[in-house]
Amino acid sequence: MTETARDGEFDELLDAIEEDRGYYVRCANGHGSLPPRRVCPHCGSRELADEPLPDAGTVETFSLITVATPQFTEDAPYVTAIASFGDVRITGLLRGTDHGDVEVGMTVGIAVEETETTGDRAIVFRPR
Amino acid sequence: MSHPRVAGVGLTHFGEHPERTGRDLFADAGLAALDDSGVDPDDVESLFYGNFMGELAEHQGHQGPLMAEAVGLDVPATRFEAACASSGAAIREAVKTVRNGEADVVLVGGAERMTNIGTPAATDALSIAADDLYEIRSGMTFPGAYALMARSYFREYGGSREDLAAIAVKNHEHALENEYAQLRTEITVEDVLDAPTIAAPLGLYDSCPITDGASALVLTSEDYAENHGLDASVGITGTGQGGDNLALHDREYLARSPATAEAAEEAYDDAGIGPDDVDVLEVHDCFTIAEVLALEALGMYEYGEAIAAARNGETYCTGKLPVNVSGGLKAKGHPVGATGVAQVVALTELLEGRFPHADEVDGETAVAHNAGGTVASATVHVLEVVA
Repeated sequence: MTETARDGEFDELLDAIEEDRGYYVRCANGHGSLPPRRVCPHCGSRELADEPLPDAGTVETFSLITVATPQFTEDAPYVTAIASFGDVRITGLLRGTDHGDVEVGMTVGIAVEETETTGDRAIVFRPR
Repeated sequence: MSHPRVAGVGLTHFGEHPERTGRDLFADAGLAALDDSGVDPDDVESLFYGNFMGELAEHQGHQGPLMAEAVGLDVPATRFEAACASSGAAIREAVKTVRNGEADVVLVGGAERMTNIGTPAATDALSIAADDLYEIRSGMTFPGAYALMARSYFREYGGSREDLAAIAVKNHEHALENEYAQLRTEITVEDVLDAPTIAAPLGLYDSCPITDGASALVLTSEDYAENHGLDASVGITGTGQGGDNLALHDREYLARSPATAEAAEEAYDDAGIGPDDVDVLEVHDCFTIAEVLALEALGMYEYGEAIAAARNGETYCTGKLPVNVSGGLKAKGHPVGATGVAQVVALTELLEGRFPHADEVDGETAVAHNAGGTVASATVHVLEVVA
């Protein structure tokens, strides 16, 4: 595990996902984003509130990554995916299925797990 | 409005030069541009310099003054960083400075030393153009990000790996005659499809190489060029820049590049042209899919249509809309901070008739498109023969 200062609200969100109380930031116009936010990145609204993350998300796109950075060499090959959880899209590692079985539209849950290479925490999707 | 003229251009060879320092690379390109321009170096008033990963590759920040010193200039010098669009952003500021009348002669350039740190460290350095917290920590790499966009594109509009392979084949063919290019080898669609996967659906030959190199331009005001009798027939007549949210997942579209569209609209308006007036382009093809996204956002094709352009022969130097006649990033190479200026170098020489394939490319209006990250930054410049 890399010992560094915590990254504020990013690590708070990971704590929350670990405790099964994940959330996202929702603006007055219904756009979702991830903390820390003071302004909605989609419309500029400053009326923001935390909302619970939906229990399940949908894979929108994914890639099987074989050439990794040094932080992920032992994880490779691995799948990185973008999944939508209601109003918010999230990028995470997709685990728990054969690479060949990953599909756009697949339903996934969200968790926080350690990477194999560094033991750092990462957002992970697993099929539901 | 007075349009800055491109008075001189210079490049290093683009390739693997791991032992050449950044300052040596830039001196090579910068001095070549000064010599090509015929401008008295004492007349240069400022350096605008693009570089992305100097801290990681060379443990060197504050590169502006270092690079001015390397070419023998004692002038204000600033480094611009916009990931792979760093020197596109430098050109834009240089153009504005000359137009404003704040300077008559400026040097614009960029350099990147990359191969000295090896592929894993270079992959890491390139990845930090993405969002560290929410993308890199989820394993996102630079090829991985474009793979996510490629899969989204295929799903939304159709297309195949074969279509993308045709783009790589074209750009390799274009590079064959470019003595400054890194990959001067003819390849086939089968070579591309059979190459090792980097980030599925993209393989090694869908990707630009890791490259060391530098590029430079001397820009002057119209009055300076005319008063000094410079041989500078090409002007930069339009400039535009667009921005977007940094993380791909925070974009409205996963298979479009709105920042490019914004930059293009601004640059075309600035030059008083429309997309139909463009004769030839250098676009930011860091990956094969990136050429497709660029051509659509630049208004050359409708969304969903550019995927077939190379396969149909339309974007070859002999086609109706030549794209990346230099070989593009894909085959010429992509020394990140040097790329935006290198595109303008290629187009200037092409419009002047002194670039490979110049006799096959008609027209007097060219567009350079430089993009950063997953196109959270984009610059577009219009070049025209004005004298």
